[in-house]
Amino acid sequence: MVALVVAVVFALAVIMGDRRETMRADAYDKTRATVDRVVTPVGGVLSAPFGWMRGGADAIGAYFMAGSQNSRLRQELIAAGKWRDEAIALREENGRMRTLLGVKTDPPIPMVFARTVTDSRGPFANTRLANAGSDRGVKQGNPVLGEHGLVGRIVGVGPTASRILLLTDVESRTPVLTPRTNARAILIGDGGPNPKLAYVRTHDPLQEGDRVLTSGDGGVFPRGLPVGVVVKGFDGSWRVALDSDAGPIDYVQIMLFKDFSQLVDAAALAPKGLPAAMPVQTSSSILGAPPSAAKPGAAGAADKPPTKPQAAATPQTVTVTMPAPPAARPKPAAPKPKPKPKPKPPAAAAAPPPSTPEVTPPY
Amino acid sequence: MAAAAPLNPLRWLGWPMLLCLLGTVVMGIPLRVYGLQLPEPVFALVPAFAWAVIRPSVLPPFVLLGLGFLLDLFWGGPIGLWPACLLAAYAPVLIFRNVLAGQSYVAMWVWYAAACALAFVTGFYMMTLDSGVMPSLLAVAGQFVVTAALFPFAHRLIERYEDADVRFR
Repeated sequence: MVALVVAVVFALAVIMGDRRETMRADAYDKTRATVDRVVTPVGGVLSAPFGWMRGGADAIGAYFMAGSQNSRLRQELIAAGKWRDEAIALREENGRMRTLLGVKTDPPIPMVFARTVTDSRGPFANTRLANAGSDRGVKQGNPVLGEHGLVGRIVGVGPTASRILLLTDVESRTPVLTPRTNARAILIGDGGPNPKLAYVRTHDPLQEGDRVLTSGDGGVFPRGLPVGVVVKGFDGSWRVALDSDAGPIDYVQIMLFKDFSQLVDAAALAPKGLPAAMPVQTSSSILGAPPSAAKPGAAGAADKPPTKPQAAATPQTVTVTMPAPPAARPKPAAPKPKPKPKPKPPAAAAAPPPSTPEVTPPY
Repeated sequence: MAAAAPLNPLRWLGWPMLLCLLGTVVMGIPLRVYGLQLPEPVFALVPAFAWAVIRPSVLPPFVLLGLGFLLDLFWGGPIGLWPACLLAAYAPVLIFRNVLAGQSYVAMWVWYAAACALAFVTGFYMMTLDSGVMPSLLAVAGQFVVTAALFPFAHRLIERYEDADVRFR
């Protein structure tokens, strides 16, 4: 029983420290990367026969269905010809408009093709393991596409394998939009086949059959990747029938996408100390320089928590003064200058006695 | 009924654990036929139930802990989820193992299904707390059903080792 309690406590402690869904590369620890690296060839070997069987079945089906397939493809070709002419005209018009406006478009996004070797489909984890890792340029957060639409994003990268968090996973959140109404929403996975649309903005913006695309908000996915079609769930909520479910699941394309709208240097967002308070030229002040005010570097001391009475040289100490009782002891200066009606600054000790006039800041 | 095998830890703990991992890897193959995918049962719940019935021991909780961690690593879930779920199934069976002794095949199947249900309820609430979203009840029910169908394997494991140590009859 003691062993059981110890094991339970250990399991709970580990799950509380887990950070699977974060976008930080260091959150995907070495243990996961090592297991992925080991499992990838094993899964590849086990899944290879099924891939061959599928290829064989496709070939046999194509042989026997050649006639009907041929007539269907002819019809599709006629329809595609019309779209092609329209696309050429639009592309030309687009090019002229861009030239006129001087628009600079993003460069084309390179892709990496990979094979998925394992697929977890449970209610608590929906991930796949792909056999392409950092050796092929895959990075944390890269979007992953199937044959027909978005599959998910990379949450872990090893040297030769990467873990894909599917759109259906409980921890997946994807910003999306519907082009018909331009309504934004967040696609939230719940372990089922149809993820939920939440935080839908604007009144009644959805209807069944609406296309759903990535909105590009947040910079994780580029805008316009096909996601699926809006459907009504059993529970009455809006859900999405994913496009990626229509295609095979054993091959994916990983987009080596970089969000050019974000800061290149992440260190620029690191918190910095407050700027130094504006020093007052005490030499030109009508109060004259207090004994310790002329020391160099006194203004920079405003950034640090004052520990000694010598911080009395900070500017606010000279902006406002008031009569101090003779027994008053010097106190550390406040970090921000605030013109209070009756503060008790340490300069009061250095200030002349009660006859000193009150001085207001120049602003 | 075959003669009970001796309780060598490698045999009553090691081999079932390896078979569970093998079954999990095989069922993790990405395969879809006519839009249908392979089921994904939690094989580890079979030994979690059987080990508690066979006899109390220090080793099974830690073996389940390791097995759960391997499941989380293989499935890409939050680390610590399945160890907690497996132990949530193991603990009540261990506590009530005297009640389970001598029960019929069907009654034991019901107990096994109840232990599985407890594991899935634990997982459901832990994932809800962890991610802030309730997992789909249909998906949970689907995995529960295919896992509960694995009781014949648990029964076979219990039959094989139940009488191995008469002190715990």
